[in-house]
Amino acid sequence: MRRRLFFILPMLVLLALMGFFWRGLYLNPTIVSSPLIGKPVPDFSLSRLHNPKATFDQNQLKGQISLVNVWATWCVACRDEQQTLLAFSQQKVVPIYGFDYKDDRQSALQWLAERGNPYAAVAFDPIGNVAINWGVYGAPETFLIDAHGIIRFKYIGPITPKVIRTDFLPRIQALRREGT
Amino acid sequence: MIPELGHLALIIALCLAAAQSFFGLGGAQRGNLIWMNAVRPAAVGQSFFVMLAFGALAYAFLTNDFSVAYVAANSNIALPWVYKFTAVWGAHEGSLLLWVFVLAIWTVAVAHFSRHLPQDFSSRVLGVLGIISIGFLLFMLTTSDPFGRLLPPAAQGADLNPILQDPGMAIHPPMLYMGYVGMSVAFAFAVAALLSGRMDVMWARWSRPWTLVAWLFLTCGITFGSWWSYYVLGWGGFWFWDPVENASFMPWLVATALVHSLAVTEKRGAFKSWTALLAIAAFSLSLLGTFLVRSGILISVHAFASDPRRGIFILAMLGVFVGVALFLYAWRAPTFSQRGGGFKIFSRETFLLLNNVFLVVAAAAVLLGTLYPLVLGALKIGQISVGPPYFDHIFVPLMLPFFVLIGIGPYVRWKHGSVTEVLSKLRIPAALALWAGVVMIVLLRAEVSFIATAGVLLAAWTIFSALQEPLQRLWQRLHHRHVSLPRSVFGMSIAHLGAGLMILGVTVNTMLGITIDRVMKPGSSVAVHGYQFTFQGVHAVSGPNYRAVQGAFAVTRAGKKVALIYPEKRQFRHDVTTTNAAIAAGPFRDLYVALGNPLGQDSWSVRIEYKPLVRFIWLGGLTMMLGGFIATLDKRYRQVRVPATVDVSAPPKDADTDLAKAPER
Repeated sequence: MRRRLFFILPMLVLLALMGFFWRGLYLNPTIVSSPLIGKPVPDFSLSRLHNPKATFDQNQLKGQISLVNVWATWCVACRDEQQTLLAFSQQKVVPIYGFDYKDDRQSALQWLAERGNPYAAVAFDPIGNVAINWGVYGAPETFLIDAHGIIRFKYIGPITPKVIRTDFLPRIQALRREGT
Repeated sequence: MIPELGHLALIIALCLAAAQSFFGLGGAQRGNLIWMNAVRPAAVGQSFFVMLAFGALAYAFLTNDFSVAYVAANSNIALPWVYKFTAVWGAHEGSLLLWVFVLAIWTVAVAHFSRHLPQDFSSRVLGVLGIISIGFLLFMLTTSDPFGRLLPPAAQGADLNPILQDPGMAIHPPMLYMGYVGMSVAFAFAVAALLSGRMDVMWARWSRPWTLVAWLFLTCGITFGSWWSYYVLGWGGFWFWDPVENASFMPWLVATALVHSLAVTEKRGAFKSWTALLAIAAFSLSLLGTFLVRSGILISVHAFASDPRRGIFILAMLGVFVGVALFLYAWRAPTFSQRGGGFKIFSRETFLLLNNVFLVVAAAAVLLGTLYPLVLGALKIGQISVGPPYFDHIFVPLMLPFFVLIGIGPYVRWKHGSVTEVLSKLRIPAALALWAGVVMIVLLRAEVSFIATAGVLLAAWTIFSALQEPLQRLWQRLHHRHVSLPRSVFGMSIAHLGAGLMILGVTVNTMLGITIDRVMKPGSSVAVHGYQFTFQGVHAVSGPNYRAVQGAFAVTRAGKKVALIYPEKRQFRHDVTTTNAAIAAGPFRDLYVALGNPLGQDSWSVRIEYKPLVRFIWLGGLTMMLGGFIATLDKRYRQVRVPATVDVSAPPKDADTDLAKAPER
């Protein structure tokens, strides 16, 4: 009998694995917890896209609630979220800062000129070495930063009006109530 | 019109596959000769229609038929014709069709070469292959039809993912699939053995060449994939522990274990149920690889399909195929005779058992690392990803003892080995390996770590011990003594030699490789390991469907010109860029230059790498493959007819595959 049990074991292992796969299929890959949530924005200093001589650093993100949107001209999904971001920037709820990731300055400037610029300012990270500290692993990604410069939420994937409604606006309002 | 014919061909193939498995399994069960006689024609017919469907899709690609949705999404008028053809398997639907196409090739081969097997056995094997075919054909027809029309037709098509526009695309996926799908043949043999109760020495002998051929294709596919990612992805590495790479590596590890365990079953009649379990596991892991890649369950650079319906279908298919096989295993395997002849601790059997333990533990570790994020997610503990450090930590300690054993195992006799005999046979390789280790420490002194020394020493040990036997027999033959070197033994030596070369390449490249990231302006130069890299500036070039910036680098050494190389940054439609590194290749070192980003005022970020012995990694892979190929040519696999009944417990008498039985010097 114990010998038989030994031969049944592989089947039990399979069943357990299948259970995990079944659950795995229904997980949303866009929700990846970032270890940076609740922590201050990492110190950085980048040149600005429109003015290479000016810098953009973590102090820019203090004093008010803001969004930081990671984008690039090579990113197809960024094109999809562009209109949503433009509309949201016109509502003037919070400033949106752009974070141009592994990009080419000329094409980035042209892109913003042609499609409209939703950003209050754009930091330019051509090599992506600041993005590594932010835990960015693709574009688009959007961070919600509170008035103390602390990362409160990160969204992976293109922003849609629904994402603004369900993921960002409630959190922004909650932060306002906290009085930060 | 042609696409509809392709679709119809898939439906006919599905019907024939149903007939193939019904007549195959039912005929063998009932002993009905007429049914069993229908299996081969059904199998060949099924394969024919699958190939027809494949041809129809290829035709749609080559003739730019953008009214087919799949073609419109993955091809473009400007695409060179070779890539139009390879685009057939550039995305989900087509790669499934390639899967079935490859299965059709294997099915025809099995139908042709299994005529000398007992008819009930070959019918069962073909019946199981038919069921696998049904699964994949149903999957395609219900969730992923490659022939769906697009109305109105697209004007010129979206284009193939630029990363896939490379000659590697013509070889890597077909080779890998030949290996993956080949495991289904080993699986079919194991299931047929479980069904018929015929789990014996003959079963092992019949399935061994098939397993070897599948294994050598898998080896080829993985080696090629590694090389491809090295030069096209611009990452500069040869292996990334990416989930999709792991998905091909796990079946390879288990298949390697299977090849060795089959040897024991064939020679000594031992490890029977273990061998059957390995055959099932190797195929399950191939299916799992398909599931992981095609369901989008793991996010990685490779996974481009993400449709839960497809995931559920593959999961169900995995559950049914593997579940039924394991159920059969739990039911039938305990009843089989475990008499395989005992063996002493110091014997060939023990060494092969250890081989299996190490390989299976390694495969389990890779599986754990690949699935761990998924399991944590399912348990709601959070989502994390597991990176290369985990795999390096697990893998290196496992491989160190493994490569000690690989040198000894082939020299130990079956059943009862002699320690003194093995020691005397291995003194030359051991001395040479120690010498290589000492030379390395003396040459490099402070720079070497323990792991690096151990790696080089073990590589040398593996290479010299693998070479000893063939060289010794060659020597004897030159002196007119009659010695034979069976092809299976020769093949094994060559395969082990390949493993040694690969370890040498991996160790030396990891240990002594140099990577430098620099900002360079035209005219500036950087020295790396005695090589002077001078940046000569960039200029624009254009290809058939892209524009590119091409940099020029002159490489000199001690004033002498070594090479002039041109890394590119290619800009495809839809703003997709690829980094095409330039490599000055040499047998003992590669010089690798990749163009980063423009930083204004003509300066560019540039990555320069010096990679010693990196070619040995792929040379090792190819050598292993060659070894597998030689072993499949062994005489005993070519016997035309075998007796219908074979004494189960008696080991075959022509067991001349022992190194240990080689004549004494």
